[in-house]
Amino acid sequence: MSTQTPLAPAPAGANAGPVRTQRRLPRFAATGLYLAGVVVGALLSALTGFSITLTVIYGAILGTLAVYLVSRSVEGRRKSTDRLVTTVVTSAFVLAMVPLVSLIWTVLENGLPRLDSTFFNSSMLGVVGEGGGAYHAILGTVIITALTTVISVPIGLLTAIYLVEYGTGRLKKAITFFVDVMTGIPSIVAGLFAYALFALFFGGGVRLGIMGAVALSVLMIPVVVRSAEEVLKLVPNELREAAYALGVPKWRTILKIVIPTSIAGLGTGITLAVARVIGETAPLLVTVGILTGTNLDPFDGRMATLPVYAFYQLTQPGVPAEFGIERAWTAALVLIMLVMALNVVARLISRLFAPKTGR
Amino acid sequence: MAKRIDVSDLDIYYGNFLAVQGVNVSIEPRSITALIGPSGCGKSTFLRSINRMHEVIPGARVEGKVVIDGQDLYGADVDPVDVRRQIGMVFQRPNPFPTMSIYDNVVAGVRLNSTKMRKSELDDLVERSLKGANLWNEVKDRLNRPGSGLSGGQQQRLCIARAIAVEPEVLLMDEPCSALDPISTLAIEDLMTELKERFTIVIVTHNMQQAARVSTATGFFNLSGVGQPGHLVEFNPTEKIFSNPEEKATEDYISGRFG
Repeated sequence: MSTQTPLAPAPAGANAGPVRTQRRLPRFAATGLYLAGVVVGALLSALTGFSITLTVIYGAILGTLAVYLVSRSVEGRRKSTDRLVTTVVTSAFVLAMVPLVSLIWTVLENGLPRLDSTFFNSSMLGVVGEGGGAYHAILGTVIITALTTVISVPIGLLTAIYLVEYGTGRLKKAITFFVDVMTGIPSIVAGLFAYALFALFFGGGVRLGIMGAVALSVLMIPVVVRSAEEVLKLVPNELREAAYALGVPKWRTILKIVIPTSIAGLGTGITLAVARVIGETAPLLVTVGILTGTNLDPFDGRMATLPVYAFYQLTQPGVPAEFGIERAWTAALVLIMLVMALNVVARLISRLFAPKTGR
Repeated sequence: MAKRIDVSDLDIYYGNFLAVQGVNVSIEPRSITALIGPSGCGKSTFLRSINRMHEVIPGARVEGKVVIDGQDLYGADVDPVDVRRQIGMVFQRPNPFPTMSIYDNVVAGVRLNSTKMRKSELDDLVERSLKGANLWNEVKDRLNRPGSGLSGGQQQRLCIARAIAVEPEVLLMDEPCSALDPISTLAIEDLMTELKERFTIVIVTHNMQQAARVSTATGFFNLSGVGQPGHLVEFNPTEKIFSNPEEKATEDYISGRFG
């Protein structure tokens, strides 16, 4: 392979100047070599019956080797090590992207056919086979997520403010510890907690939208606390002292200086926390259940939500099964789009509210 | 406006660590008092204890008396927030509020203390304070731009304008020029000389020429050794300190033999 690669011209002369010059590979040589390695890898795997996995494994090894050896013989040890590490890092990145791209591709491929107006305009009321939509589930997800946010943000934000601005000693340590523990709670446990809590008052078998919001809050509060705490810690102490020195009371300093300074980060953190809980399935399965019709009252009975909807469309697709499975894919697609939209919103928030430098 | 400050037997602690011991000093109204001394000797700590900023740090406390016009600032019934309204402070690094415009920065003290003022009064206050801080001509056309867009020296003068906008009795300055170039330093020194007509100014500085140039009285802080508390070695009129100090340590420090 190395014979096919044109070598860079030799250095202009050893006496060119005080800085040592070195032969270099041409600009796209490394990429070309790597691709050549991948092609050879594909051929090798074709010998034993072609498979993608083998191609990738052979290709990565051969490509890396080719780049390293050629670079070593032409450019010397330091540069070849640099190329080796670059190649490994890039390969790892591409490898990490594979599942993501594959996931989005599959969801798009399977979900797009039913991404029509019927899907957004009709519920599953009276639908057994073709047609039907997730109107009720989308609204249910929006309502329950909004309720979750309304419950979690004040609690989470105030906890973070306590931890950063007021907390000292044991209580602070204890809260930090329990927030960490809460971060690790499996989501089904949060769901069972909410179920058990409401079962105390309403008896067993109760299903309410607000139960789902409580369950999701258990998952969302620690995320909000953690992100808000980090952001509030970033506010320079000098700003707090500047405000104190003007005779501003502490609570007003927090309200008028600390929070406005960190509002971009707080908004981003909250949006990402919402994105984190919007796709939770297990807790909603046990607390909210599923409904074929539309119920917009979270204090009265079962509601439909997108993740649970997708779950039921997949496990109980009706007759014939293909329509239900199609709806499940589309529901997954809508969910991904919601999360992506939230991420875009988070970016916009951090850009719009960031303190302006004026330069 | 200006008030006299009497400090007696002041011990300042960080937790159990005694940082400054036994300060007795009396600061005259309408004057500039400079505090000099090597790093870590407690000048800034002492300065921060005058307006009760010291206790903002967890575990920090103060024993002794700071009396302003007969009132003990560390009395049981004194609200530290009120103390800080009377005694303003300018910090070493300029710290304008990044979310606020130049205008809002100047009126921040008034607004955040929820004093209701009409727009015209606020406009007057901004102009008066910025003129007082020698910044008006440079920023009058861009009062609505963010304060963080100014140069370092301008930001520091903005902080001074913000501090004098609340009309304090005393102005404490903690190395206000250490991050600035000579021209900005000169601007701020001129400003201090103007401001001493209205305020009692206490300034911490590492620059002995600056102390000699602007102050009427100078205090020299020192510490006997590492881990030992700092203490006030000598407090005298600036002329005396720089020409004929009473203490050997002061002379050594000023003449550059140590520190």
